Amino acid sequence: MALAFDHAGDGAPRPISSEVVIRMDGVQKWYDSFQVLKNINLEVHKGERIVICGPSGSGKSTLIRCINQLEKHQQGTITVNGITLDSHHRHLDQVRREVGMVFQQFNLFPHLTVLQNCMLAPMKVRGTSKAEAEAIAMKYLERVRIPDQAHKHPGQLSGGQQQRVAIARSLCMNPKVMLFDEPTSALDPEMVKEVLDTMIGLAEDGMTMLCVTHEMGFAKSVADRVIFMDRGEIVEEASPAEFFTNPKSERTRNFLGQILSH
Amino acid sequence: MIRSFGYNEFLFLLSAVQWTLALSAIAFIGGATVGLFVALGRTSTIKPVRLLATGYIQLFQGTPLLMQLFLVFFGATVMGIDMNPWAAAALGLTLNASAFLGEIWRGCIQAVPRGQWEAASALGLRYPGLMRYVILPQAVKVAVPPTVGFLVQLIKSTSLAAIIGFTELTRAGQIVNNATFQPFLVFGIVAAIYFVLCWPLSLLSARLEQRYAAPAR
Ligand SMILES: Nc1ncnc2c1ncn2[C@@H]1O[C@H](COP(=O)(O)OP(=O)(O)OP(=O)(O)O)[C@@H](O)[C@H]1O
Ligand SMILES: [Mg+2]
Repeated sequence: MALAFDHAGDGAPRPISSEVVIRMDGVQKWYDSFQVLKNINLEVHKGERIVICGPSGSGKSTLIRCINQLEKHQQGTITVNGITLDSHHRHLDQVRREVGMVFQQFNLFPHLTVLQNCMLAPMKVRGTSKAEAEAIAMKYLERVRIPDQAHKHPGQLSGGQQQRVAIARSLCMNPKVMLFDEPTSALDPEMVKEVLDTMIGLAEDGMTMLCVTHEMGFAKSVADRVIFMDRGEIVEEASPAEFFTNPKSERTRNFLGQILSH
Repeated sequence: MIRSFGYNEFLFLLSAVQWTLALSAIAFIGGATVGLFVALGRTSTIKPVRLLATGYIQLFQGTPLLMQLFLVFFGATVMGIDMNPWAAAALGLTLNASAFLGEIWRGCIQAVPRGQWEAASALGLRYPGLMRYVILPQAVKVAVPPTVGFLVQLIKSTSLAAIIGFTELTRAGQIVNNATFQPFLVFGIVAAIYFVLCWPLSLLSARLEQRYAAPAR
């Protein structure tokens, strides 16, 4: 596999695979007459960690939700893992199997135990046997360091624990890419770190990640690329070092001024 | 020849209860089976399916149950189908119950937060699995109290089957009254029997509602 080099970060540059996992080409989306995504072009390489930030309502959630088609785009093409998302259900199924998603509100299934939450998709989507699904689930619950909570229901867990279960639940499908939509925004401050640490662990293991987050510390230390969105457009795209020290656009500077002053 | 109301008449009423219960049970089971599909249709993302289910619900909610029973009973005869009162009552009540249960359950399905659909979809579950393993188990919890409440309505509704000649509790009351001419006594007892059937269910429904309304997590 050929390796290219990404923009130099503040430390040593990280080699980035040339293999493209997600490609968005001229993606446009409207809600009625309101355009939420304007000509989005984005390539995500294998193992790359991308942070997407931008003001509220700029279309960050919509962008990542188009990747697994929780939202449908109207123009342009999205290709995930070589499969182009079109009207074929089979393609959508194939893509969703390879793309994990973590939500702001966790969205664990409250009627199932933690373990069952993790076993459901492998069994019902991949047809994994119960014993194997349980083994996989325990492996990832250990990885997010809550195997001891396996038999509890989500409602009995703290927010941070729930979000870690949500991450484990996604990992059980062995995804090629993980999408995070403000995974720490609904958490009490003291629980943010445990979730970020879990995400850092994932990054270190080479997971391809797209994270919508306002955790700028995470962006600085983990991201290969930071994408700044405003009003449905990708306004700026740079390595964290460049992005934070030398933002090119006025809008980025305003945004950073606001967010870093807090 | 006028008989007075006695033990035998009372036994006759009591034995008619089994037909009220049988009709209620069939209408409930049939109504629940069809009603599930009505509810799924009503919450479908496919517009024609949704419209069809909406129309079905409105048709049955917007016309009197008695007319529906008449239409099934006499309509079948007009079309040359031999329909006895039993079958007509069962079919008419099943259709009616399916519309009401469909509408009740639509609300319960929609009460499951959107995030649950999204998380299940994102994990790759398709509609059947998503419904079966994620949405419906959560909807059922919300659905139990109003469903038990509806069952009370249904038991009372079966009394209309008397008018098309099906001998359940109410019709038995009419028969006894025709022989005894003691309407206040006879229909008082009939009403009391309905009350004994329905009241525990009403209590149960209220209690279930309290239990499920209490924070579950
Ligand atoms: N279902 C919808 N119908 C109409 N407009 C919508 C819908 N969902 C989102 N929008 C609008 O689209 C725009 C982009 O929304 P989106 O949720 O992608 O923003 P975001 O960048 O994720 O914002 P936030 O930081 O608040 O999460 C917003 O202006 C929002 O009001
Ligand atoms: Mg958002």
